[in-house]
Amino acid sequence: MIYLNLFLTFFKIGLFTIGGGYAMIPLVLEAVVENGWMNEADFMNFLAVAESTPGPIAVNMATYVGSTQGGILGSALATLGVVLPSFCIILLIAAVIRNFLKYRGVQAVMGGIRPAVVGLILSTALTMILGTVLGVSDLKTVPAFDFRAPAIFAIIVGVSFLPKLFKKKKKLSPILMILISAVLGIVFYGFWG
Amino acid sequence: MNRFKQACHMFLIMFKIGLFTFGGGYAMIALLQNEFVANRKWIEKDEFLDMVAIAESTPGPIAINSATYLGYRRAGVIGSAMATLGVVLPSFIIIFIISLFFDAFLSLEYVAYAFRGIQVCVTFLILSAGWKMFKSLKKTPFNLCLFSAVVVAMIVTNLLAVDFSSIFYILICGAIGLFAFLLGNLRKKNKTKREVEK
Repeated sequence: MIYLNLFLTFFKIGLFTIGGGYAMIPLVLEAVVENGWMNEADFMNFLAVAESTPGPIAVNMATYVGSTQGGILGSALATLGVVLPSFCIILLIAAVIRNFLKYRGVQAVMGGIRPAVVGLILSTALTMILGTVLGVSDLKTVPAFDFRAPAIFAIIVGVSFLPKLFKKKKKLSPILMILISAVLGIVFYGFWG
Repeated sequence: MNRFKQACHMFLIMFKIGLFTFGGGYAMIALLQNEFVANRKWIEKDEFLDMVAIAESTPGPIAINSATYLGYRRAGVIGSAMATLGVVLPSFIIIFIISLFFDAFLSLEYVAYAFRGIQVCVTFLILSAGWKMFKSLKKTPFNLCLFSAVVVAMIVTNLLAVDFSSIFYILICGAIGLFAFLLGNLRKKNKTKREVEK
């Protein structure tokens, strides 16, 4: 039953994502790959779209995966699933336990989860870089090295440091970075290849 | 009836905010503060800051959490439902439309090339988001231990293609946090007991 599966999968993601936005990336990536809904490249393609459109990444992801797997109903159910846990929990907090965060036990659990979430995000980023930039996906296959992805990565890192170079406080927006990388992709793969 | 009207008003405000928030939760917090604290004065600054702390440390997207909370404060349960619906609806509509033709769009030759560059950029964006969170993490021995244990375990299981859900890491580390806290409490209790006995 695809609808139930979509709802439950995204309910679980909504329930276990603490820290917003990027914290849900490891969980969603795992879920969509495991269910065969997307591969890693599809996931990153859509992540770029989610970054450049309004709204929380988790909701965008749920809507997109739901729509490709189960049409409008799947899309609505996946979105409902990802929203429902936070809705219930916050309602409970706002209505009953306003000083939820002041409980020492809650703080202790949060204190354990916070470093874990940072670790999950950074290690997801590192394995993605190994796979996408350097072509190493697991230890069994010999990496197919291609200079173009590392070159693009190096240019993007360089561009991200430009504002610092000119002593500007403001960082480049992710959308601008995505546009620059799109141009680089066309130049490197379209005209070179 | 009055409450229903307020809930609908909440829906419209949150719809507008949902439509104009690019770049996720933190961008939205600035807009919310502007709307609810500075302009409408529906909520005190202190309570708003408390709300942000709660939204950050409870499950789910920060935008959804904030909308639910603010909606409840304004118009009860129906207010929170309408506010949440309002903040979700714009992205739902936009993404649903995109999902209908995204695959066809990607199969254009030069778009496919562009997205090979974009994939590289996305890895960088995730890396810098993680790095930013790492910088704001307090560097206590406890935090650093959990952090490095998770990073090593994640990368090893990924490279060996072992199936181990990241949910387990979150559950285990939450349990470790609670356990460390209880252990500390127990020690303190024993210490005061001994002092009393003396």
